[in-house]
Amino acid sequence: MMAGRGKWISLAVLALLIGLLPLVFPSGYYFRVGALIFVNALSVIGLVILIGYAGQISLGHAGFAGIGAYACALAPEHLGLHPLLSLVLGAGISAAMAALIGKPILRLKGYYLAVATLGFGILVSMILTNERALTGGPDGMNVADPGLRSLLRDMGWRLSGGEFWYGISGLVLLVGAWLALNLFDSPSGRAMRALHGSEVAAATVGVDVARQKLRAFVISAVYASVAGSLLALQNGYITPDVAGFLHSVEMVTMAVLGGVGSVLGATLGAAILTLLPQVLTVFAEYEQLVLGLVMVLVMIFLPQGLLPSIARRLKGRDA
Amino acid sequence: MSLLQVSGLGISFGGVKAVEDVSFAVAPGEIVSVIGPNGAGKTTLFNMISGIYLPGRGSVSLDGTDVTGVPPHRLAEMGLSRTFQNLQIFQEMTVLDNVLAGYHLSERGSVWADLLSLPGMRRRAARARAGAHQLLKRVRLDDKADQIAGNLSYGALKRLEIARALALEPRILLLDEPAAGCNAVETEEIDHLIAELSASGIAILLVEHDMKLVMRISNHIVVLDHGEKIAEGEPSTVSRDPAVIAAYLGTQEEEQADADG
Amino acid sequence: MDALLQFLFSGLTVGAVYALVALGFTIIYNASDVVNFAQGEFVMLGGMITVFAFDAGVPLPLAAVVAILVTAAIGVALNKLAIEPARGAPVVSLIIITIGASILIRGATQLVFDKQLHRFPAFSGDDPIRVLGATILPQSLWVIGGALAVFVGLWVFFTRTLTGKAVLATANNRIAAQLVGINTGWIMTLSFGLSAAIGAFAGVLVTPITLVSYDVGVALALKGFAAAMLGGMGNPKGALVGGLLLGCLEAMTAGYVSSQYKEAVAFIVILAVLFVMPRGLFGAKTTERV
Repeated sequence: MMAGRGKWISLAVLALLIGLLPLVFPSGYYFRVGALIFVNALSVIGLVILIGYAGQISLGHAGFAGIGAYACALAPEHLGLHPLLSLVLGAGISAAMAALIGKPILRLKGYYLAVATLGFGILVSMILTNERALTGGPDGMNVADPGLRSLLRDMGWRLSGGEFWYGISGLVLLVGAWLALNLFDSPSGRAMRALHGSEVAAATVGVDVARQKLRAFVISAVYASVAGSLLALQNGYITPDVAGFLHSVEMVTMAVLGGVGSVLGATLGAAILTLLPQVLTVFAEYEQLVLGLVMVLVMIFLPQGLLPSIARRLKGRDA
Repeated sequence: MSLLQVSGLGISFGGVKAVEDVSFAVAPGEIVSVIGPNGAGKTTLFNMISGIYLPGRGSVSLDGTDVTGVPPHRLAEMGLSRTFQNLQIFQEMTVLDNVLAGYHLSERGSVWADLLSLPGMRRRAARARAGAHQLLKRVRLDDKADQIAGNLSYGALKRLEIARALALEPRILLLDEPAAGCNAVETEEIDHLIAELSASGIAILLVEHDMKLVMRISNHIVVLDHGEKIAEGEPSTVSRDPAVIAAYLGTQEEEQADADG
Repeated sequence: MDALLQFLFSGLTVGAVYALVALGFTIIYNASDVVNFAQGEFVMLGGMITVFAFDAGVPLPLAAVVAILVTAAIGVALNKLAIEPARGAPVVSLIIITIGASILIRGATQLVFDKQLHRFPAFSGDDPIRVLGATILPQSLWVIGGALAVFVGLWVFFTRTLTGKAVLATANNRIAAQLVGINTGWIMTLSFGLSAAIGAFAGVLVTPITLVSYDVGVALALKGFAAAMLGGMGNPKGALVGGLLLGCLEAMTAGYVSSQYKEAVAFIVILAVLFVMPRGLFGAKTTERV
């Protein structure tokens, strides 16, 4: 009952933010930033499931974002698929890939799992960078417009590119948050959180630990893949950076910054780290410095992440 | 007909025999205790029976089926459940969620149902929730259901672990020192709980240091020392066994010394 | 045959660097159970600081010493400011802290210096030496010889000196070491300083061959980690063998398969080791207790 109410509160907060923020946007540019935040938040929610629920680390999830992004760039051109179907195809490939590599990799723990996933991510970005003929190499490639906006225009609904993608990304984020919150308070979610607490104890109550870890891994890979696809579609352009090590690290940092167990926290973390470079545009060179500093400081001073720490502070005051 | 049959079970760590050639049986509704000095191999024996360690030698069978080396989650499906000497609680989860995790086998379904919160999943979860509240009442933790488990006292966590193990509706329950660290009243409660469980037909395999408790409730006692079975029988016979007395006197002096130091 | 020897030479050269990075991992891992993902940044710092000190007119040997000392100080600072305050934190947090530190160091280097590729002159000129139909650069001999010297020096330190033995004791059992009066906090500081200095030294040695820029650290850290795992985590001998082996595997891949995908070798080695022999070539056995 507690958890059930929490779910609807989280979703309502998220929906209100997505719906009301445009009222204070000073210019159309902010729709672009908002859409980027939502896309990042989506992939971070995937990591909340993997790291926060199931307690497994991944430093290679940008690899799945890369698969999703390049599926939307390549499939329309080579397979003649509609960009939205390409998104689904990308998610399918990511899921299959996650299942394939997750099976052996998830037997590993801690540092070893971190390095193995990191290796996967780097392999993906290496392939995207090296296979110039297909992917355009480090310079990236164009992504076809899905044509949805012109469809809306024909129906008499004129939206700017920024507004359109703000709306789409916001909707997908809401759906992603809803699914993740459902999972949290479900048998699978409980099994994942249980194995996070104690693998041995989880196994003795009948949880197939390997299977549940794999589930969390595959689900989170699909989140990252869909986020990567949306990113490619809304930018109309994609480079291998989307699959790069830094992007993986950014995703994990967003997750731990907001609070790795919480869907709202993930959104907050994504918002802060997405806005930071926008605010610091004058100091673009400071981006890595600040990212590194945030990672270290958050882990030392707010190991639970921003949102849970704030919540605890507030509760402490009430009592 | 015995429910659990352990035959010639043994395991070595780095060439050292931790448990060697241990055999015994447990029938439904029976309470069998495994006792022995510290380091006698009791927990190792439990870990082999519950599938956490792969036995080096010998076999375990459950209801006539050979289950040697079967992983713990499969044994759970076959009705074997356990608690741990060094608590294995899901610290970050609520007390209720801990017990609900024990209902995993009865509430689990397709992952799609979980993601989409389909009615079937909600029905299964509601049933589990009702059962979990019952169990929490039984171990007097119902008022703490929504607390984070990590904040509970040691004695309460011991009871929570038993509740979680019972959520599986096991046919055989392995209890590893359920009364350790509990006060006299709590020990008394655990005593009653075990008796109730066995009366309901559940086979109990117990490791416990509280000898008064063991002697009072056990139908059968297996004594381990240095990984080997040195005696077995009814409480009255075992307590008079010279080998048992020797093993215990030897260590009780040491424990005394530990306590003083 | 000549080609094989040629690949072997270049493999041993980069392998010696990987071995030094792996050694850095090993020292910190043994002292604190932390895998320091910022290890590669020490190599980068060693190279970059030397470059800029040298360009500023400092004689090369002095520039190298300055680079090693500054990097060692940064290593100690990393321990004091980021690792010690997070003592007892879960592994995931420590991973994020050391990766954060690595990105921080990278970002700071890019600000303080620049984003260009740099080198300074090789120690003994650039005329290749002919050996059995293949050639080897004099600087390669410096790299290989330097790495071997570090390993020998460290072996003497660990087995012959009291401080070295205290480090080993701490690695073996932290609490027991504390009980016999070893200041384990100081051992941690020493380990971070030492492994940072070793990393910087590797950077000084290899920069004339491979060049250096602010962003070479991550790849080096990963390869050093792969080397440490191949040899067996926590074992200095394993770090040496693992590093050289990985370097040679990489050079052979670049030579016979594809130079574009030689970077993938490290990860394939990591995965292979993890699944075939998780304890590496010289790793210790551990049992899990419940």
